[in-house]
Amino acid sequence: MSDVQTETPSEAEAKQIPVTVLTGYLGSGKTTLLNRILTEDHGKRYAVIVNEFGEIGIDNDLIVESDEEIYEMNNGCVCCTVRGDLVRVVEGLTRRTGRFDAIVVETTGLADPAPVAQTFFMDDDVRTKTRLDAVVALVDAKHLPLRLKDSNEAEDQIAFADVVIVNKTDLVTSEELAAVEATIRAINPMARIHRAERAGVSLSEVLDRGAFDLKRVLDNDPHFLDHDHPDHVCGPDCDHDHHHHDHDHGHHHHHHGEASPIHDAGVKSLSLRAGEMDPKKFLPWLEKTTQVDGPNILRLKGIIAFADDPDRFVVQGVHMIVEGDHQRPWRADEKRETRLVFIGRDLDTERLQRTFEACQA
Amino acid sequence: MPTVAPLDLDSHCIATAWLNDTPHFALADGVVHRLDNGHKWTEVHDGLLSACFDPDHARLITGGEDGRVTALTTDGTVETLAEIGRKWVTSVASGTQGAVGFAVGRNAYVRFADGRQREFQHPRSVEGIAFAPKGMRLAIARYNGATLHFPATDGKPTELEWAGAHTGITFSPDGKFLVTTMQENALHGWKLADGKHMRMAGYPAKVKSFSWSAKGKWLATSGASAAIVWPFQAKDGPMGKAPLELGTRGDTMVTQVCCHPTEEIVAIGYADGMILAGRFADQKEVLLRRQGKGAITAMAWDGEGRRLAFGSESGESGVVDIAS
Repeated sequence: MSDVQTETPSEAEAKQIPVTVLTGYLGSGKTTLLNRILTEDHGKRYAVIVNEFGEIGIDNDLIVESDEEIYEMNNGCVCCTVRGDLVRVVEGLTRRTGRFDAIVVETTGLADPAPVAQTFFMDDDVRTKTRLDAVVALVDAKHLPLRLKDSNEAEDQIAFADVVIVNKTDLVTSEELAAVEATIRAINPMARIHRAERAGVSLSEVLDRGAFDLKRVLDNDPHFLDHDHPDHVCGPDCDHDHHHHDHDHGHHHHHHGEASPIHDAGVKSLSLRAGEMDPKKFLPWLEKTTQVDGPNILRLKGIIAFADDPDRFVVQGVHMIVEGDHQRPWRADEKRETRLVFIGRDLDTERLQRTFEACQA
Repeated sequence: MPTVAPLDLDSHCIATAWLNDTPHFALADGVVHRLDNGHKWTEVHDGLLSACFDPDHARLITGGEDGRVTALTTDGTVETLAEIGRKWVTSVASGTQGAVGFAVGRNAYVRFADGRQREFQHPRSVEGIAFAPKGMRLAIARYNGATLHFPATDGKPTELEWAGAHTGITFSPDGKFLVTTMQENALHGWKLADGKHMRMAGYPAKVKSFSWSAKGKWLATSGASAAIVWPFQAKDGPMGKAPLELGTRGDTMVTQVCCHPTEEIVAIGYADGMILAGRFADQKEVLLRRQGKGAITAMAWDGEGRRLAFGSESGESGVVDIAS
């Protein structure tokens, strides 16, 4: 049996096809963006999974229509849902390798992004073949205040996103735009925000973000856990490099949500900071917290400094699904501190902060 | 000593079948290859998603990304049985009297031998379909259970409920039991006479392959590091009984199973491309094929049970002759 071929984990990872999830209300510009992804000369081929061929006026055999099919898993956990149709379509697409480089999943306007994202963590077959790259939310600058008033979905889509594209900025005044951005920032301090007209954002800001990749997730995210410049928004011409600012913060936490007059703070974020953690306390605490509060936690991300550990430990999660791994050694010029952000609904911020701080080494 | 005649193809093998003693290999790229005095092939679809053997007519029924359902006969003739537009045909089944069933999104269809076609709409996706071995009865796997239709009549469908997503479906060869594979790592079954439930759980992975043994006495399944073989001889099926575990390996998973047409033997295909044969009576194993480049995804015995056609994820395929 000399002809056995084994594969190293990194080779297997490299073969995983990246998946971008595109959310946004009807009229937010998803179809325009999809058309750009399908037609622009970016050197990559995308398979696109849509709910209806509808307005995509492009004949392309890599566009697959699929009925949104949400399946609850039979494990007693109410928030453990997957998109059954995606399991099937992704399996079918990935059998024919070499046809495309990446997948884009378009959700319906009213969709909850969680089942889509969870499919890429909970289904073993899907997880083997693909990896979730990022959740991108398009919002309509003019109509967002109204959307937030009459639905939870618009808020959930923003809360869930790694990238938020504020589209149709030409239809609002600069004051209105500032208010919209403050609202988005209040719901989700972790997302990168881009302004656009007619979905005209650089595709490199949308595709191949690595937002769920523990190796990349935090370093590539200029705003992650860093609220010194909460009003920093990238415009269409913004291609500067975002360095991670390392200001010396005191021991404190923020929670956002009160800042905006057009948003009732149903979803809010909680940023926690502390010194070094005891892994024997922190990891069981995180597990218990996500078990108990999982239905209310939309996203979480964090960098953990464990006592006597030379490496940074990073975590990211969706509802009850949490992943953690060592990332890289702490640099000599970095402050060894623990930072963790929860975005969720009805979070008991006082209890979370108290129990978090009790995990310190 | 078994010998392997390899056939190296270049796409994921969806199904293998013997049509008039000729092995056929249906690939995901839409081409069906055959070994008929040399290597020949026929392009059936642009993207093939589902395939099943129709033993009554020695033909291979296939469903494609192009919304077509076709029947391929051994001379390479392709007959289009149905065209449903630009949608994926994700499951196909062959029934008695030349009937063919197929699933597209939330609809199941039955096409009768005379060309008539009936549509059965469901509130949720039709994940899998199967015909009963006798009579004109179609079962579909769906979210929270299964539905039985009687396509030849206008009778009401029978609903069988069990929470969770059911993905694949099969009748026992005697028609007494209906078994589904699930999105979770389990099988579910119903005894059709009284609707009694059968839970078959404990798998470390999803069950994607199942095969009834000769006379339907056993149901072999994938989804573990061994082939899990459930006894169905008793009137309540496997309830209260432990399954056999055949071909246990420590470092890989069973991905495909295929029971021998006459003997109580199962061919077991693994994620690393190995194939073993396991005998139920004494659990003895014989190596049929060494490891290869990809998981075994399809297997079929010829009518005599002497040759086994196999295909894999990487396209490596071939025929094992166990008697030579």
